[in-house]
Amino acid sequence: MSKLWSSSIGKKLVMSLSGLFLLVFLLVHLVANLFFYGGEDAYNAMCEFMDTNPVIQVMVPVLAAGFVIHIAWATAITLKNQTARPVKYKVQDLCASSTWESRNMYVLGIIILGVLAWHLTDFWSHMQLQHFIGGEAVNNPYELLIQTFANPIVSILYMVWIIALWFHLRHGFWSAFQTVGLNNQVWIRRWQCAARLYALIVAVGFISIPIAVLILAIFGK
Amino acid sequence: MNLKLKIWRQKDAHDKGRFEEYHVENVSEGSSFLEMLDILNNDLIHAGKEPIAFDHDCREGICGMCSLFIDGRAHGPDDDITTCQLHMRKFKDGDTITIEPWRSRAFPVVKDLVVDRSAYDKILQAGGYISVNTGGVPDANAIPIPKKDADESMDAAACIGCGACVATCKNGSAMLFVAARVSSLALLPQGKVEAARRAKAMVAKMDELGFGGCTNTGACEAECPKGISIAHIARLNREFLCAKLKD
Repeated sequence: MSKLWSSSIGKKLVMSLSGLFLLVFLLVHLVANLFFYGGEDAYNAMCEFMDTNPVIQVMVPVLAAGFVIHIAWATAITLKNQTARPVKYKVQDLCASSTWESRNMYVLGIIILGVLAWHLTDFWSHMQLQHFIGGEAVNNPYELLIQTFANPIVSILYMVWIIALWFHLRHGFWSAFQTVGLNNQVWIRRWQCAARLYALIVAVGFISIPIAVLILAIFGK
Repeated sequence: MNLKLKIWRQKDAHDKGRFEEYHVENVSEGSSFLEMLDILNNDLIHAGKEPIAFDHDCREGICGMCSLFIDGRAHGPDDDITTCQLHMRKFKDGDTITIEPWRSRAFPVVKDLVVDRSAYDKILQAGGYISVNTGGVPDANAIPIPKKDADESMDAAACIGCGACVATCKNGSAMLFVAARVSSLALLPQGKVEAARRAKAMVAKMDELGFGGCTNTGACEAECPKGISIAHIARLNREFLCAKLKD
């Protein structure tokens, strides 16, 4: 294991493993969100379960660590990679050879992180955080969701955020398997296809909720 | 066809360098890109000026000497070719073409468009070989190798070490080059013996020489004149991680 973590591949392994962990978290979060379509009672019951379940409570700090590690390593890798080409090209056309998202993973990551901070104060701080600090959690999370997304500016910002996440996942998903070495000439197309599908499901799933709330707000129940 | 060229000129490794503009006239569409530069150099020599230095050798796409970053792409605007195989019919009359050397901390410019790619040799010296006893030539079929493995190894061995992967990668990463070498040997029985040591030594040398890390953009595969797949990078990752875990 000597010098594994300081090698360029070792650093990418950290990105890959933390990324795979976050991919699983996103699916859990999405499933929880989709309880919205079950109505007020179902959604509130899910929130109650998430806020009080011991497994989830243990996983929250692990999840936070996952985010911190993913972001910290991404920053270190990006800064190191910047030094590999001290003199830039005058003309460089990468559109023909690589996807936009693969070249802008760090920028997408910054957008995702920026809005994540706002997202946590909007929802999480009123819900699960209160259980941790012994405060009073919001009575009706469903109502909080409706009120928050009824504001079109908030909803649009949320959608832009999820679109950034969508592009991040389109590359991140298959790239994680490539980095751990679980890839070959046959599987590369399969992983890339699975990445597009996973990213699409996550993005559509998350975005559908503010859209549904806005439609409800405009046309009534 | 008549063309305007913006070419990087740099007297030596210490010179700051700058772009200079040149005009070439009556270039045949059938001539190669390097022949077009030969014509320009001929004109420069006749005018008593310093000709443009650029690398070239076999001019048939197998030696890996020619380089050039042409209009923003390694080996220019065509797929699966080296610069010497690029023809002027890929350009239009009146075009302005920007020609730059490979840009990488590990490939310093020697002069004009010539870069020092000895970093690749150093990576190979670190482990891109197999150790064999000298003696008589072994029988060709003494060691049976599955066709699939032989084919995949040969695909990786097609690497000519031109440096286009490093030149085009946004991180200046040499992973495709290292992966091609590691993969071509690790797939064969003769190469398996030293596979773990090879992967560790070559990656350590690659990191030491200042190449960037791989972020799986796939630009290297798209610009590689031999079309070497980034699936080989997955094998390198696998070989390297398994070797490190066993340490």
